Amino acid sequence: MEKHTDYAKIEKQARIRSRVRSTVVHILLSLWAVIVLFPFYWMVLTSVKSYSAYNSEYIPKFFTLSPTLQNYVDAFTAVPLGRYFTNTLVFTLITTLLMLAIITLAAFAFARLEFKGKRLAFTLLLSLMMIPNELVIITNFVTITDLGLRNTFTGLILPSVTSVFYIYLLKENFAQIPDELYYAAKVDGTSDFKYLTKVMIPICSPTMITIVILKVIECWNSYVWPRLITDDENYFLVSNGIQAIRESGFGRENIPAMMAAVVVISVPLIALFLVFRNKIMDGVSRGGTKG
Amino acid sequence: MKVVLKDLTKKFPGQGKNAPDVIAVNNFNVEIPDGKLIGLLGPSGCGKSTALNLISGLLSPTAGRIFFGEDDVTDLPPENRGVGLVFQNYALYPHLTVKQNILFPLQNLKGEDKLSKEEMLARAYDAAKLVQIEGLMDRKPKALSGGQQQRVAIARALVKMPRVLLLDEPLSNLDARLRLQTREELKRIQQKTKITTIFVTHDQEEAMSISDMIIVMESGVIQQIGQPQEVYDQPVNMFVAKFLGTPPINMFTGKAQGGRLFIGEDDVLPAPGTPDGGYNIGIRPEGFMPAENGPLCCAFRRIEVMGRDTSVIFSHPAAEADAVRAIISSANKPDGASGKIRFALRPDKVFLFDKTDGKRIAFRAE
Amino acid sequence: MEKNNAKGWLYLLPAILFLGVFMIYPLIDVFVYSFEEGYNSASQTFFGVGLYNYSYVLHDPYFLQALKNTFLLVIITVPLSTGLALLISTGLSSIKKLRNLFQTVYFLPYVTNTLAVGLVFMILFKKTAYTDGLVNLMINWFGGKSVDFIDGPYWAKMFVLCFYTIWIVMPFKVLILTSALASVDQNYYNAARIDGTSKFRIFTRITLPLISPMIFYLVITGFIGAFKAYSDAVALFGTDLNAAEMNTIVGYIYDMLYGNSGGYPSFASAAAIILFAIVLTITCINLIISKKHVHY
Repeated sequence: MEKHTDYAKIEKQARIRSRVRSTVVHILLSLWAVIVLFPFYWMVLTSVKSYSAYNSEYIPKFFTLSPTLQNYVDAFTAVPLGRYFTNTLVFTLITTLLMLAIITLAAFAFARLEFKGKRLAFTLLLSLMMIPNELVIITNFVTITDLGLRNTFTGLILPSVTSVFYIYLLKENFAQIPDELYYAAKVDGTSDFKYLTKVMIPICSPTMITIVILKVIECWNSYVWPRLITDDENYFLVSNGIQAIRESGFGRENIPAMMAAVVVISVPLIALFLVFRNKIMDGVSRGGTKG
Repeated sequence: MKVVLKDLTKKFPGQGKNAPDVIAVNNFNVEIPDGKLIGLLGPSGCGKSTALNLISGLLSPTAGRIFFGEDDVTDLPPENRGVGLVFQNYALYPHLTVKQNILFPLQNLKGEDKLSKEEMLARAYDAAKLVQIEGLMDRKPKALSGGQQQRVAIARALVKMPRVLLLDEPLSNLDARLRLQTREELKRIQQKTKITTIFVTHDQEEAMSISDMIIVMESGVIQQIGQPQEVYDQPVNMFVAKFLGTPPINMFTGKAQGGRLFIGEDDVLPAPGTPDGGYNIGIRPEGFMPAENGPLCCAFRRIEVMGRDTSVIFSHPAAEADAVRAIISSANKPDGASGKIRFALRPDKVFLFDKTDGKRIAFRAE
Repeated sequence: MEKNNAKGWLYLLPAILFLGVFMIYPLIDVFVYSFEEGYNSASQTFFGVGLYNYSYVLHDPYFLQALKNTFLLVIITVPLSTGLALLISTGLSSIKKLRNLFQTVYFLPYVTNTLAVGLVFMILFKKTAYTDGLVNLMINWFGGKSVDFIDGPYWAKMFVLCFYTIWIVMPFKVLILTSALASVDQNYYNAARIDGTSKFRIFTRITLPLISPMIFYLVITGFIGAFKAYSDAVALFGTDLNAAEMNTIVGYIYDMLYGNSGGYPSFASAAAIILFAIVLTITCINLIISKKHVHY
C-alpha cells in the first residue's frame, strides 16, 4: 500500500502550507493595522504627557506614567478651540440640512415628475459631475468677496449646499419606488409634495441617512474653502483652527496641547463612525471618495 | 472507481446562540459501484449537495470516512482526489474563452503529470468533441446558450480524466425541452467515458430516467438505495413512496381485518397474513382499474385527457387528499354520468405503511 | 402622465439656482479669467485678451516645482496604494475571525480630519533641537542616521508626503477592493480548487481578471485624487508650501488666488485649466487602456 503513505504526506503538506499561509496573512494584516493605529495612539499618548515631560524626552517614550489632562484644559482656554468647534457644528448642520432639502426636491423632480426639458436638464446635470471643484472655486471666491460675504457663515455655506452627485444618487433611489404607489396615492388625492414627504422620503431614508453622514464627514473636514473665505479667527472651522494653532497657537513647541486639540477634533467623527460603521462603509463604497 | 462512504456525518453549527447543530448528512453508508451513473435524490434542503461536497472535498466531514477504491481520501484536499465537479450555475470563468476554460484544469498539472501544449490541446479538443462543442471553442461563456454552457462545464470537468464525476443539479438551470435533451446527453457521455458519475437532483423524474442507481435521502438520512424501478415498485417507507412518481401516489387510511384489506368501508383486497390494525395505504395512479363491480366505490369528479393518458379525478371519504387521481388507458374511458365510479385495484400498486413510523408493511393479496 | 412643466421646474429651482451661480457661471468665468491679461482684482479691469496668463504660469518656477511635486506624488502613490490595497484586501478576504475588526481599523483614516492627523505625522517625522522624533529613533535602531523629514532634504519630504497620502487613501481602496473580492462567485474558487489550481494562479488568472473593472476604477479615481492633492501637504509642511518646495498644483492655484503671493485670479484660472486638462488627458488614457484590458 505504497499509495497510502503518499496520501498521508500530501495531507500533511497541505495542512502545514495552509497554516503557514494563514500565519503570514495575519502578520501582514496586523502590521498594517499597527501602521494605521499608531498615529492615533501617539496623538492620544502625547496629549496626556505634560509639557515639561514631553520636552525633556530626547528619545520619545512609548508610554507615560503620569498622564495629565492639563493639555485639554489648555486646548480649550489658550486657543478658541471651543469656538472653532461650535463654528464647525453650525456650518455642518446648516449646510447638511439645506443641501438635503435642495437635493430632495431636485431628485424628486427628476425621478417622479414629467416636464418639458427634463432629459436635457438631467444630461446637463450628469455632465456637471465631471467638473472638479478647483475649476469653479476661483470665481466663487471672487463672487463671495464681491458680495461682501467673507468671514460670514453665509459665505461659508452657500457654495456647498448643492451636490450633483447626491442628486444623482437620490434620484436613482427614488426611481426604484414602483410607479403603482404613486398612482395609488394620486387616486387617493394625495398631492405631489405630500407623496414626497409621506411616501418617498420614508422609503428612501436609508440612502438619505447615508448622504447625511457622508456630507457631515465632508463638512467636518473641509479646509480649502473655509481657508479662502475666512481670515477672522471667529469664523474658523476646526481644520483652519488646527492650522492656526499649529502656526501660532500655543507657541510653536507646545506639542502636547496641540495633540490634545487634534484629539478633540478627531473624536466626533470617529465616534460617529463607530456607531454608524456599516452605514458609512456602505455609503462610501457606493459613492464616496475622500474629499 | 468505486466510491464508499462509511458512517459519513456532517454537522453545521446552528445559527444563533443556543441553536442546535444542523446535521446535514447523517451517518451515510453507501457503496457506489464502479462506472455507474448514480442519482442522489431528495427534496431541497435535504443535504444532498452537502453530501456531494463531502465527496468532492470542498467540505470535510464531521465524522466517517470516504474511500475511492481502496484509498481513504477523507482528509485529502480536493485537488488531490481526482474528481471533476460541474456546478449548478456552471461557474465558467467569464473572462476566458471556451477553449481556455477547458484547458484551465490541465494547465494546473505539475511535475510528472505536466503535459505539453500539444497534448493539452488534443485533450481539450477530445473533451469538446465528446460533448459536441468543438465549434464553439473561441467564444466566451456569455455568448453561449444555457445548454452549451452546461456542455462546456462538463467538458471542463472531464478533460483531466477524473476518477469520479460529480454534478450538482446539472439540469436545473435549463428550460424544460433542453432538460430532456441534456439528460439523454448526460447518459450518453457517462456510458462512453465509463466514469463513476454522481449527480444531485431534486427532480425525481430526472433521477429515475437516467440513473443506474438512485439514492433517496431526506433530512440528511438515506431512505433507500436501489435501481430506480426497484425503488419505485418497492418503496421502503411512506416518504419514498410519496416522493417518487408523477402524478404522486394517492394516500388513504384503511385497515386490515380478518385477512381482508379495507379502504374506509370498502373491502378492496384479500390480505392473508397481514396483522390486523390501521394502516396508511398508498395506491399509485396506475393501480386503479375501472370495473363495474369493483370494490372501491368513489364519487366521480371529472376526466382529464392528456394525450396518451387519461386521468380520472374522483374523491373518496378515506382519501387523505380532497381529490384522487387515477391514470387509465384512453381505451376504456369510464362513464361518470351516474356520479359514481367503481375501481378494482392492482395489488402490486398498493402499499401498506405503518401508521407510526411510516415503514412499508409486507403485504400479499393472495 | 400629464405634464406639468411649471411644477417640475419649480422643484428644480433651488438646485438650478445654486448650481448656476456656484458651478455653471464659474465654469464659464474661469475660462474668461484665464484669457484676460493683466486683470486687477481691485479695479476689475484688464488690458487685453490672450495666452499670457498660461505662458506666465508655465514659466513660473513655483508652478514648475508644483507640477514636478504633483507628478512625483501621483506616480509614486497611485500604483503603491493600489497594489498595497490589493494585497491587504486579498489578505482580508482569506480570513474570517478578525476580519470585521481589521476592516474597522483600516477604515479609520477615512473619517479623520486630514489637517489634524497630518500634525501627528509631522511630529512623528520631525527632527527638532529637542528630539529627533520617533521615526528617526527607529531609523537609529537599525543603524541609520537621523533625517529631518519635514524641513530636510527634498527626497525625505517627498517620502513623508507620499507616506501620508497613501495612509489617507488606503481606506477607500481597501473598502472597494474588499467588496469587489466578496462579490466574486465562490463557485469559481471551488471549481479552481477541484482542478488543483495553485493559489497564485487562482489570483492571477481568476481573481484579478474578475475584479479588474474595480481596479481600474480605483486607478482612475486615484489619479484624479492624487492630482488634486493639497491639504495633506499643508498638514505636513504648513501653509507656505512654496518655501518648503512642497507645493502642489492645487496649492499653487490657491496661493495665486489668496495667500502670501495672492490676488491673481487670472493666473489661478490658467493654472486650474492646465490642471483640468492634465487630469482629463490622463483619465482618457486610462479609459482607453482599461477598454483594452478590462474583460467586461
